[in-house]
Amino acid sequence: MTDLTSLTLAEARDGLAKGEFTSVELTGACLAAMEARKDLNAFIVTCPEIALDRAEASDARRAKGEALGPMDGAPVAIKDLFCTEGVQTTAASKILQGFKPQYESTVSARLKAGGAVMLGKTNLDEFAMGSANITSAYGNVVSPWQAEDDAAPLVPGGSSGGSAAAVAARMCLAATGTDTGGSIRQPAAFTGIVGLKPTYGRCSRWGIVAFASSLDQAGPMTRSVRDAAIMLGQMAGFDAKDSTSANVALPDFEKALTGDIRGLKVGVPKEYRPIGLATEIAALWDQGITWLKDAGAEVVEISLPHTDKALATYYIIAPAEASSNLARYDGVRYGLRVENGGNLDEMYMKTRAAGFGKEVKRRILIGTYVLSAGYYDAYYLKAQKVRALIANDFREAFKQVDVILTPTAPSDPFPIEGGAKVDPITMYLNDVFTVPASLAGLPALSLPGGLSQRGLPLGLQLIGRPFDEETVLRAAQAMEAAAGFTAVPTLLREGK
Amino acid sequence: MSSYIIEGETGPWEVVIGLEVHAQVISAAKLFSGASATFGGDPNTHVAFLDCGMPGMLPVINAECVRQAVKTGLGLNAQINRRSVFDRKNYFYADLPLGYQISQFAHPIVGEGTVILDMKDGTSREVGIERLHLEIDAGKSLHDQHPSKSFIDLNRAGVALMEIVSKPDMRSPEEAGAYLKKLRAILRYLETCDGNMEEGSMRADVNVSVRHPGEPLRTRCEIKNVNSVRFVMQAIEYEAARHVEVYEQGGIIEQETRLFDSAKGTTRPMRSKEFAHDYRYFPDPDLLPLEFTQEFVDEIKAGLPELPDAKKARFIGDYGLTPYDAGVLVAEKETAAYFEAAAEGHDAKAVANWVMGDLFAALNRTGKSIAESPVAPENIGRLVDLIKDGTISGRIAKDVFEIMVETGGEPGRIVEEKGLKQVTDTGAIEKVVDEVIAANPDKAAEVKAGKEKLLGWFVGQAMKASQGKANPGILNEMIRKKLLG
Repeated sequence: MTDLTSLTLAEARDGLAKGEFTSVELTGACLAAMEARKDLNAFIVTCPEIALDRAEASDARRAKGEALGPMDGAPVAIKDLFCTEGVQTTAASKILQGFKPQYESTVSARLKAGGAVMLGKTNLDEFAMGSANITSAYGNVVSPWQAEDDAAPLVPGGSSGGSAAAVAARMCLAATGTDTGGSIRQPAAFTGIVGLKPTYGRCSRWGIVAFASSLDQAGPMTRSVRDAAIMLGQMAGFDAKDSTSANVALPDFEKALTGDIRGLKVGVPKEYRPIGLATEIAALWDQGITWLKDAGAEVVEISLPHTDKALATYYIIAPAEASSNLARYDGVRYGLRVENGGNLDEMYMKTRAAGFGKEVKRRILIGTYVLSAGYYDAYYLKAQKVRALIANDFREAFKQVDVILTPTAPSDPFPIEGGAKVDPITMYLNDVFTVPASLAGLPALSLPGGLSQRGLPLGLQLIGRPFDEETVLRAAQAMEAAAGFTAVPTLLREGK
Repeated sequence: MSSYIIEGETGPWEVVIGLEVHAQVISAAKLFSGASATFGGDPNTHVAFLDCGMPGMLPVINAECVRQAVKTGLGLNAQINRRSVFDRKNYFYADLPLGYQISQFAHPIVGEGTVILDMKDGTSREVGIERLHLEIDAGKSLHDQHPSKSFIDLNRAGVALMEIVSKPDMRSPEEAGAYLKKLRAILRYLETCDGNMEEGSMRADVNVSVRHPGEPLRTRCEIKNVNSVRFVMQAIEYEAARHVEVYEQGGIIEQETRLFDSAKGTTRPMRSKEFAHDYRYFPDPDLLPLEFTQEFVDEIKAGLPELPDAKKARFIGDYGLTPYDAGVLVAEKETAAYFEAAAEGHDAKAVANWVMGDLFAALNRTGKSIAESPVAPENIGRLVDLIKDGTISGRIAKDVFEIMVETGGEPGRIVEEKGLKQVTDTGAIEKVVDEVIAANPDKAAEVKAGKEKLLGWFVGQAMKASQGKANPGILNEMIRKKLLG
């Protein structure tokens, strides 16, 4: 029998259907892998009992011929930003330590209803604020990858770093992520997996701890494009409990994977090739263009003129919303409370000072500042205007092309020590290729394209029209076939 | 309109008043959470996860509250904005679980409108409405439950409020009082707010400034959360006098928020400038702009009830009431409905007098509202008929009415049972008259000798002897005839 933990969702679905193995066996294998790779710190909480109960229930359903769907019995990890009923949900923050929601987020509830087995809650940057998974109150996540010439521990990317590491290191078949400015795509690129941020409004935000409400979107993190299509189908759909959820038809995403992209028009934005773009990133991008052309697509250069304003715009809007969204963590009703006889204001100050980490505090301060009287027009309002211009750039471009190809991140993964402990601005630059699609609310997918000179994964990003995940997935699958990315993380290789 | 001017040493001062009224929307559920909006209930029993600020919870607009706001806007003859935006007003307080209030700032659901005030002297005055917007209420802090802790009740958190902002169009405490009463009447007619200021379902923030007539506006102070019409008027009086005193002593008024102390009848600063809030309003990213169609508005418009101004005009036109009487009767929806039920098919002016006179007095005396009136409206009409057709005199009618108040009885039956029917039988009256004259021969002689003043005395005696039932006209004429020939 092959290693169960290395199966894709599609393979597991077929194997379970044929009775080659059970969900309990599959789940047990994942739980063992989680235990063996504990040092990666990918999970904040594991829930083996719940997992095995659900796996047993899945096997029982299947025995009666009542299997629920393509993910029934599939063990998955849930980013610890999704509220899970009765299971601690922290957003990787001290301020939510011990918080057990009495409700289940819509996305995790849908996965559960489809029979998916929850293995545990994955680590992340605190409140999803970060690009290296080094701001978690529960410690940083270590990537299962190492450079060929240097054994220094590397970051898995962020904020969905725990999910990315867990999927890449074969601790689960797939995981949920959330993406505000690149938090699914960048860690997917850093760990050699597929990450899809759907169109804003495709997946319900209900029950996901909010970072920046106008940008947050849940999506799948998987080891194949087909898996991303399968899992998105199980996560997405209109939800009346989220006013920003889109009431649009939910297609069969897997059916879109025809393998045929002849005649597809692919745009390559010239503004994404700034001076100083790493040679190997530029080379990978060119390679991607060649793959698409070889598969019969037509590649054209396009212009997204406001691209260079995207990062600054994002780092005004996201902190502004965050400063308000995080006001509820005040020590009054749940989570951490620090009080020693003072008044209400003192309790707020002490609780929030002790409960939030440095990066979260920084963003609350930035957000509070840009919304303040006297600064609102110059920062927040202007950022909203630029955001509209950026969205319009894409609208214009999509009159010409069906999908846009760019690199996912400007570099290969960097070490936790040294590389990740850089100044915040350098850290924010990691999001330079991912934030424009976030600001425009567009679906965007990162897939592994190859390895850097140091033997580390590099990702390519495909951006699509609103609610056209199907074209993105179809193009991604064609590229996946051409890339033939089979490299496994260093830690999984023989002798490691 | 009598003017309200404060005579100062530097000349006359005019008071400028604007009101911001918070009116709790009548709806089954809260504005965004689906939890019950019913008043009362044990603490923290009407609370959804959103209302207590649980992570990941999202607001979804309650269409019923939108309908109520539009209805109110139409009742205020105001512009309805078919696109409005919800904003977050950010501040920290223990009874504000989200850390922000969801409100409307730049783009409210209702724009400019007007309210017409009916003043006591019969004149009317127009007050402009600046805007009406929807927002959520906060919870309630209970500071008296524990020696060192405060308790929080979130039943009210998230309940829909309409903030109705007037233009600074009022110039006296009386006008402010009349505005509040009229606004309350309109809300109650529309059934969009119960207008109950004691329970806090209607509260007013009062903006006051003074100026010499003709000057531009001076700095205003805002007196927060005043909860009765009388207190609003008292607060304005105090605050205006304070401003005048400060100015006349060469001081300046700082724009600030103040509290009204109802025990002392004074105002005092609420918080120092150092802690002035910067609310950091911005559009709530959890909610899309609120948009609805003209058909939605038209449908609400078609279902609007008759409002006080229209009803008043109809009472004057159809029932021949004076503007003053009509104004009194329409001030409360229930009173107007009572009057119409009572006047149906009877002498409306007489009915109006009974309602505003004896009925109001009786209700006042017994502390009952018109809805709890022991006298059914149709019985007022019947009583008026009994007077009109001569069955009872006006004097007897007063006695009958008191019995109606006590027993809730039907006036015809009371007259029958108590034998109060007016005697119009000349034979019976003659018998009484003859008896009275026979018993008082001296006085009869005096009358005959020319002392006609004594005629009234005889009428009184005869009426008494008939237990008040003799028809006064017949009685009068008969005595005159018997004694003077």
